[in-house]
Amino acid sequence: MTMRPITFFRAGSIDDAVAAVSANPDSAFLAGGTTEIDLLRLGVIQPTLLVDVNELPLTYLEDTESGGVRIGAMARMSDVARAPRIVERYPGMSQALLLGASEQLRNMASMGGNMCQRTRCAYFRDGRSPCNKREPGSGCSALNGVNRGHAILGTSDQCIATHPSDVAVALVALDATVRTMGPDGIRTIPIEQFFLRPEDTPSVEHPLEHGELIVAIDVPDLPVARASRYVKHRDRASYEFALVSVFSAMRVDDKGNVAELRLALGGVGTVPWRAHRAEEALIGRPATPENFAAAADAELADADTRPMNAFKVTFAKRAIVRELSQVVTS
Amino acid sequence: MAINQSTAPAVTGVRGPEREPVTLDVNGSTFPIELEPRVSLLDALREHLDLTGTKKGCDQGTCGACTVWVDGRRVLSCLTLAMSCEGHQVSTIEGIAQDGELHPMQQAFVDHDAFQCGYCTPGQIMSAIALLREGNATTDADIAEHMSGNICRCQAYPNIHAAIREVRDADDGG
Repeated sequence: MTMRPITFFRAGSIDDAVAAVSANPDSAFLAGGTTEIDLLRLGVIQPTLLVDVNELPLTYLEDTESGGVRIGAMARMSDVARAPRIVERYPGMSQALLLGASEQLRNMASMGGNMCQRTRCAYFRDGRSPCNKREPGSGCSALNGVNRGHAILGTSDQCIATHPSDVAVALVALDATVRTMGPDGIRTIPIEQFFLRPEDTPSVEHPLEHGELIVAIDVPDLPVARASRYVKHRDRASYEFALVSVFSAMRVDDKGNVAELRLALGGVGTVPWRAHRAEEALIGRPATPENFAAAADAELADADTRPMNAFKVTFAKRAIVRELSQVVTS
Repeated sequence: MAINQSTAPAVTGVRGPEREPVTLDVNGSTFPIELEPRVSLLDALREHLDLTGTKKGCDQGTCGACTVWVDGRRVLSCLTLAMSCEGHQVSTIEGIAQDGELHPMQQAFVDHDAFQCGYCTPGQIMSAIALLREGNATTDADIAEHMSGNICRCQAYPNIHAAIREVRDADDGG
């Protein structure tokens, strides 16, 4: 399939990039391109100017003054996954990165681009089915369509598309912050606020202005994350999106109670899903399989299912219980 | 075809949509050509440089047949715009034999019958060489995981993995 004609601008500085996109309502930043070039060729997205940000000096990883790590937006997934400071301090994040896509794609895909990647919903990607995310007001073909892979949490009657990212699941659990540069300067966005649930406007996925560029992701210092883990359940052993994935970081005190817990789910939400209810249900309680199951029940209590994806409720609960049980015994 | 020029104030350096001069560095040689910005690296190699060793399978980043190296890293040329490769070194299957001698990985694919139809083979070999360079081929599971981006519909995987192991274990390291 041939792509529509486009114009191309290689940005030499962040300011140039922001100015170029801000000035043209039909423009878009181009980072690794692993989703964007695909969707351009499919005709799903139709920018006419691509502003290439791949040459910007944003590939760094550095320690922040508060003991966390700042990840440049153009750092590639494969490099971040294997960076010693990520492997040591946030192993679950490293695992999430390495369980996503293939090595070729991880070499291309940037961290900033990963935050902006689009859903794999087949009705969004086919370019013609009714889809409120692609064409607001046209309807949602997935509601009564083939929706086995679709979301059960954070859904609306407008959209049930699953958020595809693995590393974003780790980042919501870690309370990361997205740093952006826009026409009005730098701002920071707590990562859970960066991913918008579909509600009545599924086409609006992030609180970004047109021309606002992600420049970095800040991951705070979090000692419990040194024991973090990410497990991904999927139809194939590799190179496949999650049906259910679990990021966990848990500390159990010497009395056997859950002292600290960060828990998030992938594959089940319209956004990377921080399991706040499960965390609240477990903090201060004995770290037992029974309590893990009760916490999982609480997290999935409001699941919105259809016949084809209802299995994800049981799947997610079991994945949570198994993962936390393994943390206790490890 | 004018695109959005009316709404875009002076951003100098915008190229296209018509053909523009582009200089690509492929296998150590410099190629000045003319391309529209929408042309992928894959199409630039195959249609403009006649380097047809790199194959077009899915053209959507799924199959790995188009795997090449950019600055020594394996990437998918179907999802890479040729214009974004200016100033970077592209390596393709045509560039890995040295002085008329097959690269050890090419020879190992021949020796292990690591293909049937051969269509995925250039991508498999570019990926396999990069895998050994990356150092993540210690176990069979490692090889399977890190080669998962290269699909072989003839199911030659056992022989592909055998070829990779042989080069990995060779005294000269391939």
